[in-house]
This record gives sequence, structure tokens and C-alpha cells, in this order.
Amino acid sequence: MPFLRLLARTLLTLASVSIAGMALAADLPSLVANLTTGSFGDRETAVGALAASGDARAAPILEALAAGQLYIRKSDSVVVIGKPDANRLALTEAISGKPAGQGSEAELDRVRVNNRLRGIIEAAVGSLTLMSPDPRVRRGAADSLLKRPDPAALAALDAAIAAEKDPRIKAVFGEARAAVVLASDSPKPQKLEAIAILRDRGDRDSLSILQGAANSASDADVKAAANAAATSVRQTLAAWEAAQNVWYGISLGSVLLLAAIGLAITFGTMGVINMAHGEMVMLGAYTTFVVQDIIRTSAPHLFDMSLVIALPLAFLVAGGIGIVIERTIIRFLYGRPLETLLATWGLSLVLQQAVRSIFGPSNREVGAPSWMSGFFQVGQITVTYGRLWIVVFALAVFATLILLLRKTPLGLYMRAVTQNRPMASAMGIRTPRVDALTFGLGSGIAGLAGVALSQIDNVSPNLGQGYIIDSFMVVVFGGVGNLFGTLVGATALGIVNKFLEPYAGAVLGKILVLVFIILFIQRRPRGLFALKGRSVE
Amino acid sequence: MITRMLLQGIDRNLRLFIGLVVLLGIALALCNQLVPAGKPFHVPAWVLQLIGKYLCYALLALAVDLVWGFCGILSLGHGAFFALGGYCMGMYLMRQIGSRGVYGNPTLPDFMVFLNYKELPWFWHGFDQFWFAAIMIIVVPSVLAFALGWFAFRSRVTGVYLSIITQAMTFALMLAFFRNDMGLGGNNGMTDFKDILGFSVQADGTRAVLCLASALALALGLTISGAIVGSRFGKALTAVRDAESRMRFLGYRVEGYKLFVFVLSAAMAGVAGALYVPQVGIINPSEFSPANSIEAVIWVAVGGRGTLIGAVIGAFLVNWGKTWLTGALPEVWLFALGALFIAVTLFLPKGVVGLWSQIRSRTTGRKARVAA
Repeated sequence: MPFLRLLARTLLTLASVSIAGMALAADLPSLVANLTTGSFGDRETAVGALAASGDARAAPILEALAAGQLYIRKSDSVVVIGKPDANRLALTEAISGKPAGQGSEAELDRVRVNNRLRGIIEAAVGSLTLMSPDPRVRRGAADSLLKRPDPAALAALDAAIAAEKDPRIKAVFGEARAAVVLASDSPKPQKLEAIAILRDRGDRDSLSILQGAANSASDADVKAAANAAATSVRQTLAAWEAAQNVWYGISLGSVLLLAAIGLAITFGTMGVINMAHGEMVMLGAYTTFVVQDIIRTSAPHLFDMSLVIALPLAFLVAGGIGIVIERTIIRFLYGRPLETLLATWGLSLVLQQAVRSIFGPSNREVGAPSWMSGFFQVGQITVTYGRLWIVVFALAVFATLILLLRKTPLGLYMRAVTQNRPMASAMGIRTPRVDALTFGLGSGIAGLAGVALSQIDNVSPNLGQGYIIDSFMVVVFGGVGNLFGTLVGATALGIVNKFLEPYAGAVLGKILVLVFIILFIQRRPRGLFALKGRSVE
Repeated sequence: MITRMLLQGIDRNLRLFIGLVVLLGIALALCNQLVPAGKPFHVPAWVLQLIGKYLCYALLALAVDLVWGFCGILSLGHGAFFALGGYCMGMYLMRQIGSRGVYGNPTLPDFMVFLNYKELPWFWHGFDQFWFAAIMIIVVPSVLAFALGWFAFRSRVTGVYLSIITQAMTFALMLAFFRNDMGLGGNNGMTDFKDILGFSVQADGTRAVLCLASALALALGLTISGAIVGSRFGKALTAVRDAESRMRFLGYRVEGYKLFVFVLSAAMAGVAGALYVPQVGIINPSEFSPANSIEAVIWVAVGGRGTLIGAVIGAFLVNWGKTWLTGALPEVWLFALGALFIAVTLFLPKGVVGLWSQIRSRTTGRKARVAA
């Protein structure tokens, strides 16, 4: 007996489904016909009916209608969709989806729409595509419903929620349902529940829905709840915005760190003012350009690896040039910082002009490998992979440098020479060699920075000039001779800059930061983390 | 009497040089005005303009030399004082255009009409009077120099730190002046000047007078600097340069000395900028760019730091070279300038003037040896 009952129920279900299917199939032409006749008001009802039918074929018809591509052929009154094809229109029959040859505007009557109808159609299409097999389409449908809540879609949405298996999309459906409930005339408890759901979503869309609900609600409780929820969403939004600014600040700080860290070595530990430091960054960026150029012409499959290949080369090029500079110019100027400043400034002019003569004055294009393009979302923060990699890279360079200074013989010699040159020399350290290597290291790191900066800045002969003043500010702010100070200084300045930008604008923000640093140096001339002890003076 | 008192402290070479500068100015002006065109001694207007420009640069170099050469303050921001003086003059000249601008507005300069200003910003008031502009040319750079110097010298910011701060200052000013809502012409700056004190800026006579005025201003600058350097105050100043801590321990108020010279130098740079603007006919924010300030330092280094005369000679030499090279071989100019920076610091620490005295002392030394 249970078996028979089951069989009967299955048969019944099958029958009802097929009857419903037949009814839909029979209905679609008449529903579509309703679309093309009557007043705009009648058409709105027709759109609603089409949406309620849940027929997948209705979606393209409605989309064509919204786009003004739905026509009636004058010869046989068949409803067709016309897509522009050269000068004529490529026609397909709306209901069967069969191609129907070509036609010109003169042979067809356009089904007219107005903006109000377009809005309704968008919502209707949203509910129609809720059942689409493609999860992206389903999600898009829920999002469009969230933006234009249509009370008529409630039933479709409930069905979709019941059928949905992906929990993330199901959550979005739930939020869309909440928006729809708020727009409909559902009872108060449901509305309050919907407000809670939207409050938890906490983004701009839910804020606008909640504000709309607060304005239009007739019930005092709902109004108060919506207002409270809107306030809470605003707070959430502000928190996310602050978080986004922190991320931007960290990202800018990592760029500053990269540009300044080489300077922290040459200026901080050697006391050499290298005004050509920015040009070392530029040389690194141009090395990247040359590497990519060669890869493009001779080994395109290596393109994704181009930056990895460019890194050691940029280090060697900039570091090598740095050593040459130290041996030929700077070593004659030790103990005369102002003269060093002038000579290296002259050097920066020569390097800029040399690059301009070789590569031309215009910007050079450096492409991004595939693993550096694109972005992802953390909550409401947008993180681009390029920026993320630069942050990671800056930290990696920083960590390597710290290890190098603390754990290797070269680092030991460098620190010894920094602290007490005559004593280091007396202990048998070849100070001239250590000087050359230190300067080479600082320049090489600038070259590495150039590889990273080629991804976010224009590769032009003037690339370095934009960073030199900022880098000096970071080093001086953080405290000369202290790498951790440079890290803190760069991050702090980056974040302060980004928080000032929305209020003061980018340029004024930068000016304010400069003024702040000028005042700061007056108070603490040796920076945030000053070296203590007698070696300072 | 004051002149005599001033001149007393100045050594003979400098007095001769000042006379030479004044003579140059008068000769140029007269040869342009009195000798008719076509005669061999006629000085065409473009030469007047060029020399006038160099004279302004020389005054700027002198200002840098006064602080760097005698007080050890390497300012990389003197271009900012120069540009501020220039902007004050530019504002006066803009107000003189009156209703002759493109938009024909009697009070608002063209760029303000273009940017939809309804009325003159408060800081533009008074600039239609020459006397007011003349005061501002000295006051504005001085006040900035005083503020910066007061903070910096009191907290004993010295050496390269001070250089970097001054550079950051001029950089910040450049960014600020590039903004349109500063009300100072944005990135286009100010140009299309018509009159100065009722005379057309384009006229030969005005150019001759401006050139002469620049020469006189330079001579006055040299006189004041020479008098300061030769006085007791100047001796103390040089001592601050060479051993600041020791001076402090001896009971001198080092900050006061530095501040006085820094402000005076800024005022000189402001005057130089003010004379520069009507001669070149434009002032824009790029005058604030740090590169300009550093270039002024190299003029001093080429001529000879701490010699006053050297600053003037250096400014003329480098700028003449720039005019010639940018015309003949524009690609080479930056190479040449860069090489100059390096060569001067490595091989000519005392500049051209120092080289000359070096050669002279060598020859006199040889003579002395021969005599012995």
C-alpha cells in the first residue's frame, strides 16, 4: 500500500508539472502579445505576469523590450527581437527563438517603452534569472532585486531560496528577500526581521533601502527600527571606510618604505646624502622595462616571470652603478655632507639626461604579469593584487636587510664602521671596501624598489625625482640610522597622507604632511627613534 | 655719511667690483638709449633683458652666498624667497593691467574671471599701489624666513637637516601655488603684463631702467653684504660657521646671528625676484621647484663660496653657459650642469675666485723663492 500511494503521488506530481508546463507554453504567446498592446499601465501588468510565469524564455524577451529591440513584424504580426547587424536588423522570433531572417526598421513596429517600464522590466528580469543554472547570474539577479525591490518577486524569491544550494548565494537571496519584504506591504514582524537582516549586511545598498523604508514606513515601530538600523549601517560603513584608508595608507607606506630604505642605509648608516637615490630607483624601473622588452620579442612565454627576472638584474645594475659612484666621487667627499649633496645632485641630472637620451623623454610602458592584476574583496575593502604584492615585497626586502645587517659578516663590518670608523679600521676591517659595498647595497635596494614602482608609476626619466623628497622625509622622520624607524615612519606617513586626502585633497594633504614633518623635526631633530649615545654628535 | 660708514668696512677689491657693477648698468642703459640702432656701440633690447636677468640671478646668488658662505647655512629653498618676491611684483603688475585684459574686468585679473571669482581675494588688496607691493616684496619673504629660521635655529636643526627642510619648504610651496584655488593663477601663473609705474613693460626705455635698477640693487646688495661681512658682526658670523658649539659656549646667541642673516638674505632674494619678473614677463609656480634653488647654490659654488664677488661671477658664468648651451646643444645642457656640480665640488672647492687667488699665490710664492 505505501508503495501504491507513493506511485500515485509521483504520478500526480508529474502530471501537475506537465500541465503547468503546458499552461506556461500556452500562456507565453498570449502574455507576450499583452506586452505589445494596450497602454503603458497594461504593459506593466503584462511584465508582472510574465515575471510571475517563471518561464526562462521570458527573460531575453523582456531584456529586448527594455533595450528597445522588441518589434512586431508588420507583414504577419509576429513578435520578433531585432539585433543591429550592419545596416539591417537580424531578427529572431521572440517566442520560439528561431532565426527569422533580416529586416529593416520600415518593415517593423517597435514596441515602445518608457523609463518607468524599464525599471519594472529590470526587476522582473531579476526575478526571472533567479533560477538560472549559472551562479553568477543568480547572484546578479539577487543584487538587482536588492537595488530595485519588486514586491511581485517575493514568491519567485521564496522558491529560489528553497532551491538554492550555495550558502553564499542563499545569504544574498535572503538579503534581497528582506529588501523585497520591506518594499511590500508585509506584516510588521516580518518587516522588523527584514530590517535586522539588512542591518547585518551593512553596505551602501542596504543603507539606501533602510533610508527609503524609514522615510516611507507608516508604522512608527518600523520607522524607528529602520532609522536605528540605518545609523548602525552608517557606523559600519564608516568603520569599513577607515579600514580601507588604512589599507591604502599601508600600500602607500610600502611604496615609501621601498623608496626610502636604500636611503636609510646610505644616509642613515653612512651619513652620505645621496640626491641621486631617486635615479637609482629610476634605473631599476628602466631595467624592468628592458627585461620585458627582450622577453616580449624573444621569449613571450616567460612574460609572467619578467619581474622575477628583473629583480636581480635591477639590483646588480643599480648596485654596480652605486659602487662606481662611491669609488669615483663620494669617497673624496666623506665628512663634507653639503658638498656630497651638491655632487650627487649633479649626478642625478647626468643620469636623468643619460636615460632621456637613450630611452627618450616619454613614458615607457611596463606591463603587469597576470598574477599581479585583478583584485579581491575582504569584507568591503577592495584589495588589488598588485598593491598586495608590493606590500609583501617591501616587507620581504625590509626583513632581508635586517637579517643582512644583523647576521652576516658584511652587516657586522658595516655596523662597526658606522659606529667607530678609526676603531674598525684598527681592528683590520677594510673600511673603504665596506663603504663601497654599503653604498652599493643601498643603491641596489633602490633598484629593487624601481622594479616594484614600475608597476604603479610612470616609467620616465623623472620617476626618481618624485620620491627623493618623500624618502628623505621618511628617513628623517623615522630617525636616522634606524631601520625600524624607517618602517614606522613610512607606514605612519602613508596612513596619515591617506586619511588627510578625503578632507584636504591630495595636494593639500601632501603639503600638510610636509609642514607637519618640518614642525616635527623642529621638536625632535633626530627623528622618532633617535640613536642615543656619544656617537650621535 | 651712511654710505661712507658702509664703505669703510668693505675691502678694496669689493669696492672696485661694486663700482664696476654700477658702471655696467649705466653703460648698458646709456648705450641702449643714446646710441642709435646700427651703430657699433648700440646695445639691443634683448641684451639688456638678458643682462638684467643675469643681474637678478647674481643678486639671488649673493643672497645664497651670504648665508652659505659666511654662516654655513646651506639653504636649498632660496628659490622660494625669490619666487615670493616675484609673485608680489606679479600681483602688482596684474593689477596694473586693469580693464585691458582679455575679459576686460576692471578689478579682477583674467584668470580670476576665468575661474569664476566674484571679488578680489583679501590678500590681493593693496597690490594696486606700488609702495605697498614694494614693501610686501621685502616683508613676505622675510616673514617666511623668520618663521622657518626661528623654529629651525632655536631647536638647533643644522647641516643637511636644514637643507632638506628648506627643500621641503620650497617643494610644499610649489605644490600649493600649483593649485588654482590659491587665487594666484594656478599652474599658469601670471603673465601678459602691461605697465609698471605707468610705463609700458615692453618699451626699450623701461627695459633700460629695469636693467639699471637691477645693477643698482646688486650693488646695494654687495655693499650691505660687504659691510656686514667686514664688521664685528661678520667676524662672529664666520665663527658660527666654523665652530657653532664653541661660539655658543663662549656666550654668543648663535640663533640670533643666524636668524638675522637668514632673514636679510631672504629679503635680498625677494628683491631679486621682484626685479626679475617684469624683465622676463612671467611668474609661475615652477620658479619654486627645488631644482631652481639648488641651481642657485651651484652658481655660488662655481664662483667661490664665501667671497661675495664669486657669487656674482658664478651666476654670470653659469647662466651665460646655460643660455649658450641650451641654444646650441640643448641635449648637452643637463650633462654639463651635472658635470659642473661634480667637478666644482671635487676639484674647485673655492670656486673660480679661489682658483685665481691660488694661481696668484703660487706665482708670488715662486717670485719670492726666486728673490730669495
